Amino acid sequence: MTATATPPQTRSAEPPAEPPRQRRRLTAYWLLLPGALWLVVFFVIPFYSLVATSLYDPDGSVLHGYDMTWAFSNFWHALHDYWGPLLRSLWYGAVATAICLVLGYVLAYAIAFKAGRWKNLMLVLVIAPFFTSFLVRTLSWKLLLRDDGFIVNSLQFLHLIGPEGRLLATPVAVIAGLVYNFLPFMVLPLFASVDKIDHRLIEASGDLYASPVVGFFKVTWPLSLPGVVSGTLLTFIPAVGDYINAQLLGSPKQRMIGNVIQDLFTNANNYPAAGALSVILMALILVMVLLYVRRAGTEELL
Amino acid sequence: MRWLQRNAVLLGGLLVIVYMFVPIFVVVLMSFNKPRSKLIYRFDGFTLQNWLHPCQSPSMCSAVGRSIEIGLLATIVATVLGTLMAFALVRHQFRGRTVSNVLIFLPMASPEIVMGSSLLALFVAGGFGGRLGFWTILIAHIMFCLSFVVVTVRARLAGLDTNLEQAAMDLYATEAQTFWRVTFPLVFPGILGAALLSFSLSFDDFIITNLNAGNTTTFPMYVWGVAQRGVPMQVNVVGTVMFVISVAIVVGAELNRRRQERALA
Repeated sequence: MTATATPPQTRSAEPPAEPPRQRRRLTAYWLLLPGALWLVVFFVIPFYSLVATSLYDPDGSVLHGYDMTWAFSNFWHALHDYWGPLLRSLWYGAVATAICLVLGYVLAYAIAFKAGRWKNLMLVLVIAPFFTSFLVRTLSWKLLLRDDGFIVNSLQFLHLIGPEGRLLATPVAVIAGLVYNFLPFMVLPLFASVDKIDHRLIEASGDLYASPVVGFFKVTWPLSLPGVVSGTLLTFIPAVGDYINAQLLGSPKQRMIGNVIQDLFTNANNYPAAGALSVILMALILVMVLLYVRRAGTEELL
Repeated sequence: MRWLQRNAVLLGGLLVIVYMFVPIFVVVLMSFNKPRSKLIYRFDGFTLQNWLHPCQSPSMCSAVGRSIEIGLLATIVATVLGTLMAFALVRHQFRGRTVSNVLIFLPMASPEIVMGSSLLALFVAGGFGGRLGFWTILIAHIMFCLSFVVVTVRARLAGLDTNLEQAAMDLYATEAQTFWRVTFPLVFPGILGAALLSFSLSFDDFIITNLNAGNTTTFPMYVWGVAQRGVPMQVNVVGTVMFVISVAIVVGAELNRRRQERALA
């Protein structure tokens, strides 16, 4: 209450230097400038360099430099050589996203509507495992899924896989790894959406004789669509580009597009091909995202 | 049976949480492992040796140190720049808001492999191809942390009751006083959360770092390297410590929030 002691005159004594509105607008630009500049220089311009790299002369090398030859054939060659890993990545990404959606929805729904006063604790529990290194966690899965491990033995006992069957070095292991690693990206946006739903609307559907299942698909699901859209995007995009799971849990047969790009850059030193593949991946993802967002009818992703 | 029906969703949710924790138990368990052979990664016996001698492989400890250094620097820069941006977006009217929003959203919606290869292309084109290392990693980390800071702080700011600031102004606080005594303390938890998120993103990043690191090794790159040749159990000690510290911070923040709430009530 000491603040009231300040005499009122001090405030009116300051003469306004500029019209406040204009000053405030300039303030906004000054506040934005450093961060925006960083993003333009190290995110937007690099993308331009990537496109340029993808059009370099494929016969050049890192040592002698590349010539810009507008070699559009790089794209054709990249697609021709690597359409397998590209399609595989999109397929693994889609399956992993679908599984994440089911698991994530159950969890988000439980936290939002069933957890009561444990809501915050459960949210913390969702994020907590992901503070441990991504790679260390993936190595743990390698241990859990190993041949002759508990999981493989149980599955063999239940005859779900053959006596010689294994999980490591199969698509199952890679997809399981992707699901595990990207699940929080699904749960958090879903929770944000489900948590906003007015529970009375769901009760009202019950009063109007909708079964819980009908009520879910006619009320809860449509109202949670913004979360579903952003959750699926935030899961699908990193999952398609990931190569850690394919490398640690899979075999060369599960090579994803990320493995190929990484390999072309660091081992083969074939920058034009790697650049072309990156551009193709980005373009594919952009097209899919735009189509998907249009179909889902939500534009408020930001 | 009725009970099971009513609580099926909650049970399902708890099962998903258990699933999320399974590898953490493995990490903690393996940190006490006494491996019989370097090549077979499984639990062979209990020992405290890994915890007593965490730096048995010096290259691991120097990699951890480097990751912490990069993480702290990237967090400081990204948090400052991102917080300024969040204030501009929530508190000011200006032309170019949509463009700014898109600029902030895009890095979060791009695959890491594409961002990493783009940056590498820029560095190589700019003649820095031979000088990849600490600074190029730091630049990259600030870039991808920035958007997450803006989103986190913006959410906190947008949920703020502007009546409180109005009240301060009514009580003759100047703009600066209002900002430092009312606005900033209220936004601070958001800023702290954003900083934590930045640090863990930076500490954990592999894909972008690996492309732009040159010969510098961060902790995830060290793990990647040893994953092919035999993993020292000390890696799990680092994983466990990271887990414990971050859970302690999050739980501490939550307890503090509850205490403050009770003090207000």
